[in-house]
Amino acid sequence: MAFTFFLLIVAATLIITYYASKKTNTTSEFYTAGGGLTGWQNGLAIAGDYMSAASFLGIAGSIALTGFDGFFFSIGYLVAYLVVLYVVAEPLRNLGKYTMADMIAARFDNAKVRGVAALSTITISTFYMIAQLVGAGALIKLLLGLDYTTSVLIVGVLMTVYVIFGGMTATSWVQIVKAVLLMFGTFLISVMVFAKFNFSFIEMFEHMKTATPLGEKYLNPGAKSANGLDNISLNIALVLGTAGLPHILIRFFTVKDAQTARKSVVYATWLIGLFYIMTIFLGFGAAAFVGNDAIVQANKAGNMAAPLLAKALGGDLLMAFVAAVAFATILAVVAGLVLAAASAFAHDFYSHIIRKGKATEKEQMLAARYASIGVAVISVTLALFAQKMNVAFLVSLAFCVAASSNLPVIIYTIFWRRFNTAGAVTGMLVGLFTALVMVAVSPNVFDPTPGKAILTGTPLVSLTNPALVSVPVGFLSAYLGAIFFGRPESDAKFDEVIVKANTGIRESA
Amino acid sequence: MANLAQTNTSDMGGKRGQGIDYSAIARSEKFKKLMQAKKRFIVPMCIFFMVFYYTLPIMTSYSKVLNTPAIGSITWAWIYAFGQFIMTWALCMIYTRKANSFDSIANEIIEEQQKGGRN
Repeated sequence: MAFTFFLLIVAATLIITYYASKKTNTTSEFYTAGGGLTGWQNGLAIAGDYMSAASFLGIAGSIALTGFDGFFFSIGYLVAYLVVLYVVAEPLRNLGKYTMADMIAARFDNAKVRGVAALSTITISTFYMIAQLVGAGALIKLLLGLDYTTSVLIVGVLMTVYVIFGGMTATSWVQIVKAVLLMFGTFLISVMVFAKFNFSFIEMFEHMKTATPLGEKYLNPGAKSANGLDNISLNIALVLGTAGLPHILIRFFTVKDAQTARKSVVYATWLIGLFYIMTIFLGFGAAAFVGNDAIVQANKAGNMAAPLLAKALGGDLLMAFVAAVAFATILAVVAGLVLAAASAFAHDFYSHIIRKGKATEKEQMLAARYASIGVAVISVTLALFAQKMNVAFLVSLAFCVAASSNLPVIIYTIFWRRFNTAGAVTGMLVGLFTALVMVAVSPNVFDPTPGKAILTGTPLVSLTNPALVSVPVGFLSAYLGAIFFGRPESDAKFDEVIVKANTGIRESA
Repeated sequence: MANLAQTNTSDMGGKRGQGIDYSAIARSEKFKKLMQAKKRFIVPMCIFFMVFYYTLPIMTSYSKVLNTPAIGSITWAWIYAFGQFIMTWALCMIYTRKANSFDSIANEIIEEQQKGGRN
């Protein structure tokens, strides 16, 4: 049964790709779907790009197992969209063309700035993708019984096909379809769970007090007993990181203007918020009707909570549907990541830095396609090697790098007159390396107990997520770099940037 | 001075725009007014939502006040958490409304530019 649904998803996405390929002839179509998406379409696609299998299966599972603590982080993932809406989305749309680096290069047009911005994009997208692929392999193994390598290869081949043939158009529509399926599936299960509690929140919470081994603690913060600073550090990464995630930022180039970009963030925020609220029903439902033991038995991290709940409520059919939704979710997210990383390689490195803007349209298209294949091959290979490692922390690391490296420079570029090339380069490099080095010596990588982390040893830093330190370091180093190493740059250029960013005025208007 | 025959669609990050005198717009009263209005709105709102948001992890990490029940078995921690969702959606709506007024100033600036005059 599950297999049939999987094949349906594969067939549907390949049909989308077939039609999209007819509309993917130019670089603008490849990178941005020609900028022709409506606010609603892009809003759904942003939601589809953002709500990963980690949010769907992972958060439902952690709520089922740890109650409030499991729900807690979804708030950070949502509030992050206020930073996107208030600060980043519109200037980005007005200044950029295909990539995040375009926006910064709109002010500092030089190879170093573009190169560093592209490096940061590739780092973030690769980390994020490895975590997604490793998760995908494990999930498909759980859901379908295929072995890990086969599962990762299937996902790898599909994402490459979507991107090289259908570019941004196929990626967007796969994300839209996935978002609709995910919202529908989650809504259906939520209503079924809520009905069991006679549609009463009070009854539901009352029941949950005794439904799990945690007892009353289940409903209180701290059941998972996270260290306070760690908790706050991770929250900083989540809230500030989203506005620097390249695969989210490139979505704003798919609409025609800043007004549409704004609308798409608002729609996405509604959808993502409603989705996270519904994960409470999924988590509570799984804890109440599947039971803690059965969830842990199927998968220690709780990833099977949602599919098992579907089975308990609606039998094999509903479970197969939920598994297929999870599969679609994985595909939509990885396709967006391939595109983000490939555009940094092909558009920033190849077209701008190596060919200095002189590559023909045909050469650029070819580069974009080769880059997509390259990105896919590298990340699939890394994912195959990482099978036995616990790489879930790579997602929060990606948010952390985005918050420490990209966000400070984006903000200074659009708001600070005295900012300059040296500041942008220093800020991005220092932010990036601070985050990476701090994670490399953190408890994620080193653990005194052999086998618990990637390496055995005592971690030098106790924070599992370095954002508490690396985000201020990112802001400070960009500032100090600009003050001490930079020369004042053209005022006229800043005038151009603020006028364009804030009015959307264009040369060809 | 302004000429709109310019249909340079090359990379926006690339060449300097020849058609529009951006510095003149940046110095104009209307643009300064727009920037002022934006700053007066965006900065306090961002401070507000950051404070509102981080209060929750700080309170749940360092105190137990939010563990008291509010409605039935639903504790204040949950109420605060739901409050964050309401806050996010409300700020989205407020932003949209406010941004429409920024749009109309921005459109006036663009129109003046297109008419070819500086005021």
